[in-house]
Amino acid sequence: MQSRSWLMRPFGERSTLIFLAVLLAAMALVTLMHLAVPPGHSLHVSAYTVNLFGKYLSYALLAVAVDLVWGYLGILSLGHGAFFAMGGYAMGMYLMRQIGDRGVYGHPVLPDFMVFLNWDSLPWYWHGFDMAGFAFLMVLLAPGALALIFGFLAFRSRVTGVYLSIITQALTFALMLAFFRNEMGFGGNNGLTDFREILGFNLRSSETRLGLFLASGVALAVGYLLCRAIVTSKLGRVCVATRDAEARTRFLGYRVERFQLFVFVVSAMLAGLAGALYVPQVGIINPSEFSPLFSIEIVLWVALGGRATLYGAVIGAILVNYAKTVFTGVMPDAWLFALGGLFVLVTVFLPRGVAGLLSLRLRRRRDADASFSAKEASA
Amino acid sequence: MRYPPMPGPAAVGARAGSAAEDSEPMHAATRGSWLMVLVLALAFVLGLTLTAPVSAQEAEAADDTAAQALLEALDVSSFSAKGEAIEAIVRSDDPRARDWLQALLDGRLQRTDDGRFVVALDNSGRQWPVEDALTGEALGEMSRRDLERIGINNALRNQLRSAIAVVDLYAADVGLRRASAERLLGEVDGDLAGPLAKVIEEEPDARVQERLIQALAIYRLEQGEFAAIDDLRGSLHPRVRVAFNRVLNSDDPALVDGAREALNSIEQMLKVNRAVETLYFGLSLGSVLVLAAIGLAITFGVMGVINMAHGELIMLGAYTTWAMQQLLPGQPGLALILAIPAGFLVAALAGIAIERGVIQFLKGRPLETLLATFGISLILQQLVRTVISPLNRTVITPEWMSGSIAINDALSLTLNRMVVLGFALVVFAALVLIMRRTRLGLEVRAVTQNRAMARSMGIRATRVDILTFALGSGVAGLAGVALSQLTNVGPNLGQNYIIDSFMVVVFGGVGNLWGTLVAGLSLGVINQVLEPWAGAVMAKIIVLVFIILFIQKRPRGLFPQKGRAAEG
Repeated sequence: MQSRSWLMRPFGERSTLIFLAVLLAAMALVTLMHLAVPPGHSLHVSAYTVNLFGKYLSYALLAVAVDLVWGYLGILSLGHGAFFAMGGYAMGMYLMRQIGDRGVYGHPVLPDFMVFLNWDSLPWYWHGFDMAGFAFLMVLLAPGALALIFGFLAFRSRVTGVYLSIITQALTFALMLAFFRNEMGFGGNNGLTDFREILGFNLRSSETRLGLFLASGVALAVGYLLCRAIVTSKLGRVCVATRDAEARTRFLGYRVERFQLFVFVVSAMLAGLAGALYVPQVGIINPSEFSPLFSIEIVLWVALGGRATLYGAVIGAILVNYAKTVFTGVMPDAWLFALGGLFVLVTVFLPRGVAGLLSLRLRRRRDADASFSAKEASA
Repeated sequence: MRYPPMPGPAAVGARAGSAAEDSEPMHAATRGSWLMVLVLALAFVLGLTLTAPVSAQEAEAADDTAAQALLEALDVSSFSAKGEAIEAIVRSDDPRARDWLQALLDGRLQRTDDGRFVVALDNSGRQWPVEDALTGEALGEMSRRDLERIGINNALRNQLRSAIAVVDLYAADVGLRRASAERLLGEVDGDLAGPLAKVIEEEPDARVQERLIQALAIYRLEQGEFAAIDDLRGSLHPRVRVAFNRVLNSDDPALVDGAREALNSIEQMLKVNRAVETLYFGLSLGSVLVLAAIGLAITFGVMGVINMAHGELIMLGAYTTWAMQQLLPGQPGLALILAIPAGFLVAALAGIAIERGVIQFLKGRPLETLLATFGISLILQQLVRTVISPLNRTVITPEWMSGSIAINDALSLTLNRMVVLGFALVVFAALVLIMRRTRLGLEVRAVTQNRAMARSMGIRATRVDILTFALGSGVAGLAGVALSQLTNVGPNLGQNYIIDSFMVVVFGGVGNLWGTLVAGLSLGVINQVLEPWAGAVMAKIIVLVFIILFIQKRPRGLFPQKGRAAEG
């Protein structure tokens, strides 16, 4: 097993195989129930529901990205929503350019909001987004670049723990304020919306929705495998060592900040990818995705599912968002009570999350990564 | 009435000499303005409570006889006699004088068959609504045939117009005279200039006199009189600047040069004033930040507990103020003062509940504490939304906190911000004293530095935890009471301040109250300095980015803790 390349190693793990099997089975089941079961039947999954599941899957990918840095690196990022939103905006810009002259004002190049603001040409950073390849590249590069600069500065000067959490929160807050400004050229308050098609497929058709759902599932699987590969590699072991005793790891000769920076950038890119999958499915991206509340909510998903397990993050993201859909539909006022209560209950009574409950029964089985003590990690 | 002749050039020259020292009394006046405001405020309060109704009635009766005589004098055939009667009314110091003169000018001052004087409110049509000129009592409608108009000619009309402009200048109340003088700036014309010069000499109040001299000087400047420039030098009133700018197009090169030079010096002074204003607003914003952050400096800085619900404790304080005002309707000032201890108590109790209910179980796990308290903040927000209202509540600003203090024509400082600034400093001083001079402060510092050692010395660490957290939370409540005077009180109040508060604490250096004060005030000033050329939102973004970069450079803030405690 040790001889295998680090990329293949996750396939030797039981938890990864179970996760992949469940994910693929779920995707196949939803597809089958959407296509094969006729509408009206009680087992039919509507296009709306497929869309909803697609959204959950992109959230799950985001949660995996956060779990990678929080669970294995001990960095509580309260600004991952920023990377998610940047990926989303990159995708949104591509989708805006795809509208072409079918906008309300019928301008061949400029998106509606720019015509509305009386701009006469595209800002320089909007160029190139009419090409899908460039746009998809930017989905990864834009959040990656931000994470690189921010992480380089922060890790080099050894900003850690609570301080890092607070400045990541300030980062996403500053970006939110910036994106609210019309002068930024990202649609201000309203953000980017009114999308029509992606890669030539109509966004409103149920086939495209199913396609996006499957794409989100595949992205989640790939992202999960990548993270799993990282955490099971030697690099991952250094990360865990950093998490548990940063100073000690440094004294052993590891350049801790480089490991932190690499993992942080990978995580930001995954978050960006999640954002890019999220935007075409909900049809809008606006500055509220940058809000500190959203970023903290992501952390809750991870905390609820179980930190430092990766599959826990997926479970948490889907559980919380499913609850949100149900609550906001049935009794909207109660949702914030429930969310706030979850924060308190999970941190006080369920420090290892749902995954902790699951693994309680499998305790005897070895799992080096799960032998995680909250007390040490946060020191 | 005959106005004295226009002052000749010689007289003007003489005035110009005396006006050269004008800047001196003006400064004295600005210094006096503080006292003046205080005295006025006192007089207002006393006036409300001490007005004696009996003497007021007697005075009224005496007044009416005199007033009747004044109007009686108008009802003569000779126009020159009417002129003198108008003059008498102007000098009579009767509060109704202005209305009478206006009515006379409009031809609405009428006399009934039985000799009563009435003012027609509307003299179009046949039936006029009228009211008694003396008592102001509405007399219903009267036919125009039953009324006799007090007639005037063109000369009287001009006299009336000037008289109406200056009538308040003869009032006994200095406030009325001041307001009237303010109105005259830039409104003086040839007819007024003569009488104005006389009024100026008789005016006892230095400030009114100075205003009138300026008003007259604007007219003289427009007439091309060079000496007038000296009278206007140093005035920051916009009207004066308008007058100077108009003169810049004049043909007289000496006058243009003089005006330009005076304008430049005015611009210089305006710049200084603007800087002072920016500083004031900056300090005001800074004091808000300090108030919001100082409680956090205790719970986060001293205890190391990250309380994301701190903003909601501020909100509770603000809502306490609102609730007190609901309980004591009509007495917003008293309610506000009572809200100070009440806000402290409410927030402190909430803080104790949070500490006992959640935080004590998460000791030594700062990131989990952050998440749990964030959950609490969500619950508190939603609680307020559900129980009270999702909409903003109005908190009344009491009389003694509203308005502003005019330092000069270009600069006035709002009173409520000044009170909040003072309040912030008092709270800060009190906290420093508690931490430095009391037993509690000593114990808190001991527990912070070495918990185990402190406990073995007999300090009950748990009790210290509770009290410290209650203190920090209570101060958040105080911040809420103060904030209720400056911003909207709504469920999102706390959210708007939590990030800023953390920034201030981290920027100043965790565990350092002085650092929080310096950081809060300087961030406030930086924000206000940036605002004019970057815009409000951009200024905020720049400040945030600045702090993010600053923390990279000095991860422990402006004033880092030194010694063993720093490694905790």
